[in-house]
Amino acid sequence: MTVTNALWALVAVAGVPLVLGSYLFAVEAVLRRRTARFARRVRPWLWLAPALILLLAFLVYPALSTAVLSFLNANSTHGVGFANYKYIFTDSNMLIVLRNNLVWLVLFTVVTVVLGLLIAVLGDRVRYEGAVKAVIFLPMAISFVAAGVIWKFMYQFQPAGTAQVGTVNAFLSAVSSGFKPQAWLFNKSQNNGALIIVGIWMWVGFAMVILSAGLKGISVSLVEAARIDGAREGQIFFSIILPLLRSTITVVATTLIITVLKIFDVVYVMTNGNLDTDVIANRMYKEMFNYQNFGRASAFAMILLVAIIPVMILNIRRFGKSGV
Amino acid sequence: MKRSAVFVLALIFSSALVFATGSKEGTQSGTTAKVGGSVSVLAVWGGQELDIFNSLVAPFTDATGIKVEYEGTRDLDAVLTTRVAAGNPPDLAALPGPGKMAEFAHQGKMIDLSAVLDMAQMKQNYAPSWLDLGSVDGKLVGVFTKASLKGLIWYNPKSLSAAGIKIPTTWDQLMSVDQSVAAKGVTPWAVGVESGAASGWTGTDWLENIFLKMYGPAKYKDWYEGRLAWTSPEVKAAWQAWGKIVADQAMVYGGSQYELSTNFGAAFTPLFQSPAQAYFHFQATFIQSFIQKQYPDLKPVDDFNFFGFPAIDPKYAKAVEIAGDLFGMFKNTPQSSAFMKYITTAQAQDFWVKPADGISPNRAVPLTDYPDPLSKNAAQILTSADIAVFDASDMMPSKMNNAFWSAIMSYLANPGQLDGILADLDKVRADAYSGS
Repeated sequence: MTVTNALWALVAVAGVPLVLGSYLFAVEAVLRRRTARFARRVRPWLWLAPALILLLAFLVYPALSTAVLSFLNANSTHGVGFANYKYIFTDSNMLIVLRNNLVWLVLFTVVTVVLGLLIAVLGDRVRYEGAVKAVIFLPMAISFVAAGVIWKFMYQFQPAGTAQVGTVNAFLSAVSSGFKPQAWLFNKSQNNGALIIVGIWMWVGFAMVILSAGLKGISVSLVEAARIDGAREGQIFFSIILPLLRSTITVVATTLIITVLKIFDVVYVMTNGNLDTDVIANRMYKEMFNYQNFGRASAFAMILLVAIIPVMILNIRRFGKSGV
Repeated sequence: MKRSAVFVLALIFSSALVFATGSKEGTQSGTTAKVGGSVSVLAVWGGQELDIFNSLVAPFTDATGIKVEYEGTRDLDAVLTTRVAAGNPPDLAALPGPGKMAEFAHQGKMIDLSAVLDMAQMKQNYAPSWLDLGSVDGKLVGVFTKASLKGLIWYNPKSLSAAGIKIPTTWDQLMSVDQSVAAKGVTPWAVGVESGAASGWTGTDWLENIFLKMYGPAKYKDWYEGRLAWTSPEVKAAWQAWGKIVADQAMVYGGSQYELSTNFGAAFTPLFQSPAQAYFHFQATFIQSFIQKQYPDLKPVDDFNFFGFPAIDPKYAKAVEIAGDLFGMFKNTPQSSAFMKYITTAQAQDFWVKPADGISPNRAVPLTDYPDPLSKNAAQILTSADIAVFDASDMMPSKMNNAFWSAIMSYLANPGQLDGILADLDKVRADAYSGS
């Protein structure tokens, strides 16, 4: 840490709001000279201009550029039409990658939402709810890479009969006597599930917290009234609580879907995509950085973009409707 | 209003502090007599290999005041390729092999070392084959600093003599030894191929040795230069021969699950348990420093030793596979050329030689510097081999190399899929060697 660095940091942290503030001040000064109607029409665009320019430069332009690159060859020297996409949708290895993303999408989202809901509902009824929520939310504080490293240790394998160093194998061996230790990450039938469990472990806290907040927003009198009318707990949950939670569940589900489509770190750290665990983001990374095939990497990126669009439209429509 | 203003100012100051401490840019306060400054180095070394490198760097920094900023990653391929493509290469990088180096050299990213090093001295200290392997289109762009001999089979002499096993010199003898050990209910081999982003590379070494011993150096070169198809009968035969060991659950400790999930640096442990859980471990010379780190009480030759890979075709019995780390330069600064000069000296390479972490290709390193008869033996084999080829997978383009690593993993998980795996490798070969 040197004096020059601290100074630069200060300049950056104080300077950016200062610059923006003075820009807005200048805009207002200019608009005051014009008619109120003109000012009203133009003001939103002028205020948004810095953000819009940044968005255009760092979001729109790269997206368009990637779209163009996906139709070019590896070093982007000449066009290849749909060849990159054809490769992705016909090559047998690529189909496994797409299948894996689908499995992640369905399993991760559904299990996380269900578990989060379960913990939120059950936690609501106990006095130590705060402690439970804190513990379950803790994994959200670490990165996917850290989670990957932790779980890599937990999934470690030693042959049957020797001391188990991996938590999962050790626990299962202690609990059930005939259990044969498994190399969870290296069995084609288990490794995807093992990776998805890591993802679920990380994000259950998020689902639980949001759903718990939604749950607490349901007025107690409704539930009390239902109980008085003789409704069973199950009926109360499925017919009253769940419908009222619908928008909250949608929020959680869409966030989870957006997260899972991008899943990379867990796969990269734990198996590097070997043995049929590869996902689109990991493939995109390899094509881009290891193999320098920009056409194919861009095609992968475009597929992810297209897959996200329905979710985004849903999100935006919901933002428009309620204030959530 | 006043309170919130103070709060905002406090926030600004504290975030300034966070940013400032997070910065890595420091200037070296060297004495005025030294050059000072810094040189950035990128390599794969971590853990114990890194400790050795740091001890190598210490005298250099003391003498010149130049700080070496080291960055290590197992995914060297991706990181280095990206940084070079982005115009932000490290000053020096320890390249994994001549294949990648040639790619960079053809892009014009590597500095011609004849302008930096004393070529007369280099020609005196390095055999011509080392300088040739580090040259692209006649220009020297990489210097080997640490070599290893691959294709050695490590064993525990005490457990071998206790089990009455004789060292095999031919493949057939090895197979019959394996059968007799397995018949007694012990797995003869301990294998581990896990290695992060490079998982599978130990398997490639093994396959390369088998291929070399079966078909010789000319076909070996055809193979790594992409002229020999993976689905050809020769390559398939090499995989099948290898499969006789690694795909047979009775032959390998812990079965395929152990093979796939155990890191290469820890896979030899079954050899040193009592009673011995395995007898043979295939690995290069550098595993010696790993063994000694984990079992500091074991003595070389008495407690662990190696024999050369057994002959398959007697014509190629003496062929050896070598590998080495080469240093290449991407930015020519006074600091980077000083470090480059240092790393090619016997004095620097001694730091790898003394803990048996590597063999020096520099002739100026005396054989007596090797700490034990084992590493001396390896150094002698390396410097006197008549047929010496370089590690084939390091010579392949990185896409092919990566696919080769993944294929090893897939094969170990499912040996019955060999034909499909080889066909996939051929698809990658068509892509990788086309120069796109």
